[in-house]
Amino acid sequence: MWDYSDKVKEHFFQPRNAGPLADANAVGDVGSISCGDALRLMLKVDPETETIEEAHFQTFGCGSAIASSSALTEIVKGMKLDDALKVSNQDIADYLDGLPPEKMHCSVMGREALQAAIANYRGEEWSDDHEEGALICKCFAIDAVLIEDTVRANNLSTMEDVINYTKAGGGCASCHEGIEEILAKVLAERGETFKAVPVKLDKEAPKPGKLTNLERIRRIEAVLESVRPQLQRDHGDIELVDVDGKTVYVSMTGACAGCQMEALTLQGIQTKLMEELGELIKLVPTRAGSLARATSQP
Amino acid sequence: MEGIYLDNNATTRVDPAVVEAMLPYFTEQFGNPSSLHSFGNKVGLAVKKARMQVQELLGAEHESEIIFTSCGTESDSTAILSALKANPERREIITTVLEHPAILSLYSQLEKEGYTAHYLKVDGKGRVDMDEYKRLLSDKVAVVSVMWANNETGSFFPVLEMAELANAAGVMFHTDAVQAVGKVPIDLKNSKIDMLSLSGHKLHAPKGIGVLYLKRGVRFRPLLRGGHQERGRRAGTENTASIVALGKACEMALAAMEHENTEVRRLRDKLEAGILAKVPHAFVTGDASNRLPNTSNIAFEYIEGEAILLLLNKFGIAASSGSACTSGSLEPSHVMRAMGIPYTAAHGTTRFSLSRYTTEEEIDRVIQVVPEIVAQLRKLSPYWGENGPSAEPEKDFAPVYA
Repeated sequence: MWDYSDKVKEHFFQPRNAGPLADANAVGDVGSISCGDALRLMLKVDPETETIEEAHFQTFGCGSAIASSSALTEIVKGMKLDDALKVSNQDIADYLDGLPPEKMHCSVMGREALQAAIANYRGEEWSDDHEEGALICKCFAIDAVLIEDTVRANNLSTMEDVINYTKAGGGCASCHEGIEEILAKVLAERGETFKAVPVKLDKEAPKPGKLTNLERIRRIEAVLESVRPQLQRDHGDIELVDVDGKTVYVSMTGACAGCQMEALTLQGIQTKLMEELGELIKLVPTRAGSLARATSQP
Repeated sequence: MEGIYLDNNATTRVDPAVVEAMLPYFTEQFGNPSSLHSFGNKVGLAVKKARMQVQELLGAEHESEIIFTSCGTESDSTAILSALKANPERREIITTVLEHPAILSLYSQLEKEGYTAHYLKVDGKGRVDMDEYKRLLSDKVAVVSVMWANNETGSFFPVLEMAELANAAGVMFHTDAVQAVGKVPIDLKNSKIDMLSLSGHKLHAPKGIGVLYLKRGVRFRPLLRGGHQERGRRAGTENTASIVALGKACEMALAAMEHENTEVRRLRDKLEAGILAKVPHAFVTGDASNRLPNTSNIAFEYIEGEAILLLLNKFGIAASSGSACTSGSLEPSHVMRAMGIPYTAAHGTTRFSLSRYTTEEEIDRVIQVVPEIVAQLRKLSPYWGENGPSAEPEKDFAPVYA
């Protein structure tokens, strides 16, 4: 059985705000392909202030799906819509004192329901922004699609590359067979053969502040590389402009520039950067003016 | 609290008499059965007795047809890989889509290594198409592996008939009988089954002991080579205490066979009828008229299995589910998908598996609790209205899948 936190169990056994909401004016219906769970989020939004007054849910799903839905309704109640859009799946998981890696997609489903409900309120069309594959790395919750896309986009050829670019395989190492199969497949596509090279696994996680400038920039670039396939799928891209202390300047190009999801995308990347570098990072998009300022830095 | 254990297809409690039989083999009877001295000799005799007890339960012709292994999975792998090594020119293998991962994962690995695997499809009740099977049998096939009874639904495959057909076509036949042994009478000497796997912990013996039955004369290549144990067919020092335990458990299973097929079956039928009478939009999966006496698998529509199990657990009731979230892998039950059970029902399939220890009071309690739990979860379900499924469940709630 899963190792659920007490908070997850509590929200499962006594779900908050469960059941239909009669006068809802924002409804989001989404499901997760990876497990078949689905959720309807119903919000009552005050049109004057764009504040969420009531939030209810109905969920067809497992214990953590029900708990994530319950947590989501508690988090967003009283929020302005624009603030609610910033709620990440990590926020939902954190609210529940964490979820098992296999169950993180339950919190993703919650975030998507929220985005779908707000889009519904605003009369917009919502479509999902990611594709989920079979979970390969259980230590860092990384799926096959992400690994395959990253290997392809960056011409990776070794296990160590995959670990550096995606983190997948960097923990207990028991998923290496699965990763090697992906490598072999993609390498075969480009007419190469996969050769196993011994991998040195870090005994310890990187200590914050101990990285050299070069290492920091390499890691930042690796994170950007790892998200690039997703952005490119949406016909956008991201470039590293400069790194100044804790501030990382990037330029969003193509469809990403000015996209209404830009803030959310950047926030996701910022979280990834912080995880990877083990320090606080501020990710700043550069526009025409700020770009000049950023590039004029020494 | 004692708890109500209805998950005997997952594993069973070791019978106290079995524990008693095995304990001396940790202490005073510690000898190596291969040793010549009296320390070993007595243990050797105990292993021989256990082998005969297994032989009797399986209806095997010779005791030497019984090979002790460490588990059902080892028996399965040994059997399949042996058949391949013994028939290197044959590059096709046959099984069914409903097999246990112990077979399916192995087959998928063998496909990567160049074998052609045929997976027999099933109908809505989990039955194979015998014509398709007959068409596939040829001198290119190295081995057929078909489970005796399915672990999720309890439904039987016609393994005796399938073994006859394989034999007539000159193809080796293996059956994973892990769920069937001890629950239904088996008479291998009058069958054409070449190899059979069983696992001790499914019949009140401990975990970590299994058996591969190998019909005399069937060509064999060991998986583990080394010492002369098990006549050189499975090297490695014998797990003597567990072998003795399995022998005892087999003897007891044979004695309880009548009870299993009358009393346990009666309680299972009562449980099923009791739940279905009180819970609407629920149905039995698999082939209800042709299955193990102890297993009932019920699909509760519009709710999810893990949620059902968590609530049952709160009432001290242990069951199991075919839902995606309970497998530890997020893969929804391949058994339910293969039988074409609709999505909204497959997710809520719940397996109750009884044993000879299950009591009438326990069954009454479960019949009382399950309808409440189902009703509670349906209140949370977007497919469910006030008092029943919404008018058109699949239309009224059609989420965007990501």
